[in-house]
Amino acid sequence: MRLIAENLGGERGGETVFSGIGFALEKGEALVVTGPNGAGKSTLLRVIAGLLPAAEGSVRVEAGGEAFPTVTSASHYLGHINAMKTALSVTENLGFWRAFQGEPAQGVEEALETVGLGGLGHLPFGYLSTGQRRRASIAKLLVSHRPVWLLDEPTAGLDKASEERFAGLMRGHLEDGGIVVAATHLPLGLEGAKTLRMGMAG
Amino acid sequence: MLALFLRDIRLSIRAGGGALVGVIFFLAVIATIPFGVGPDLNLLSRIGPAILWIAALLACLLGLDRLFQADREDGSLDLLVLNSDRQMLALTVLTKCLAHWTGSVLPLVIAAPLLGLFMNMEPLGIGATALTLLIGTPAITFIGAAGAAVAVALPRGGLLISVLVLPLTIPVLIFGVSASYGAVADPAPFLPPFLILAALTLFLAVIGPLAAALALRHGTD
Repeated sequence: MRLIAENLGGERGGETVFSGIGFALEKGEALVVTGPNGAGKSTLLRVIAGLLPAAEGSVRVEAGGEAFPTVTSASHYLGHINAMKTALSVTENLGFWRAFQGEPAQGVEEALETVGLGGLGHLPFGYLSTGQRRRASIAKLLVSHRPVWLLDEPTAGLDKASEERFAGLMRGHLEDGGIVVAATHLPLGLEGAKTLRMGMAG
Repeated sequence: MLALFLRDIRLSIRAGGGALVGVIFFLAVIATIPFGVGPDLNLLSRIGPAILWIAALLACLLGLDRLFQADREDGSLDLLVLNSDRQMLALTVLTKCLAHWTGSVLPLVIAAPLLGLFMNMEPLGIGATALTLLIGTPAITFIGAAGAAVAVALPRGGLLISVLVLPLTIPVLIFGVSASYGAVADPAPFLPPFLILAALTLFLAVIGPLAAALALRHGTD
C-alpha cells in the first residue's frame, strides 16, 4: 500500500498554516515531520487523518484493499491528548477501543505487556503518571490493526527506556509493511526515515 | 456499538459521571413546588402532570452539555469521528444518545411515580405521566444531541445548548402533557397525543443524530 499526499495545504481559522506539501510513502517507510512550534505539524497530521479538511491538494492511499479504502479508515491517529477516560481502568479503556475500532490485533493484556505496563491494567487511567498514560495510549495502537500510524509527539513524557521500546515498536510496525508519519522534536530512533522540515519557507 | 454503549453507561455511573445530578435536580424542583403553591391538594393534582413534565425536561437539559464535550476534552471524539468510515457517525451519535438517556434520563422516569405522590396525583395519572415520560424523553435527548454537537467547542456551552434546544422541545412537552391529562380528564383523548408523541420521538431519533453528526464532522479543529 502507498500513502500519497499531493500539494497539500492546511489552514487554521482561515489562515494558511502550510501549503505545497507533497510526499509518497511506500509500505515499510516512515516520515518524520520536524519544525518549530506553530509550523503546522499537528495541523498536517490532522489534515492527513481527515479530521480537518485540506485547504488544497489531496491525500490518498493506493492499494489499500477492501479493508482500508481511505486514509481515514487506514489510520491510527495518536494525538497529543491520550483519548482515554480517567474514570475507567486501563483495561476497560483499551478493551473499548479494541472493540470499537474493529480489526482487533493484540489482546489488551499482551499490548500492556508490550508497552511495559503489565499488571497495571486494573488501575483507573487517572492514577497513572504522565509517561504511563502515554504508554497506555501507545498500547491503543497495538490493540487494533491499522497500516498507517499518524503520531503527534508520540514520545512526549516518555523516559529513555520507553522511548527505545517505542522505537522498537515502530520498527516492528514498519517491518510488517506499515507506514509511520510522526511529528516530533525529539529523535525517534528510526533509521532511514524520510524527513520533512516544515516552517522553512515561512 | 455495544462497546460504546457500555462504556458511556459505565462512565455515567462512575465518579464524576453525573448520572444522579439530573435526578436530584428533578427531586428538588418537585419537592419545592408544593411549598410554593400552597396546600391546595386539588390544584396540585391538577398541575401535577405539567410540573412533572417541565421538571423532567429541565433535568434532561442539565447534563446534555457533557454529551460530546467530555469526549472532546480527552481526545476521544477525534477517534470516534475517525472511525466514521467503518461506522456511520450518526449511528455512533445515536448510541451515545441512547447511553446518555439510559444513564441520566431513565432514572428520572423511574423516580417520576414517586414524585407524583408529592403532587397528590391519582394512580392512573401517575402511570400515564410516567409512560409519556418514558416515550417522550428520548426525543429531548435526540434534539439535545444536535445542540450539544453545535456547542461542543464552546466552554460553558451548557446554557447555549439549553437556549438552542428549548424551543425545539416545546412540541414534545405539549403532546406529553396533553396525553397525560387525556388519561385522567374525561373529554380529552389520550391516544392521539400519545401517538404523536411517539412519532416525534421516532422522527427525532433520525433527524437529531444526523444533524449532530454533521455538526461534529465540521466542528473538529
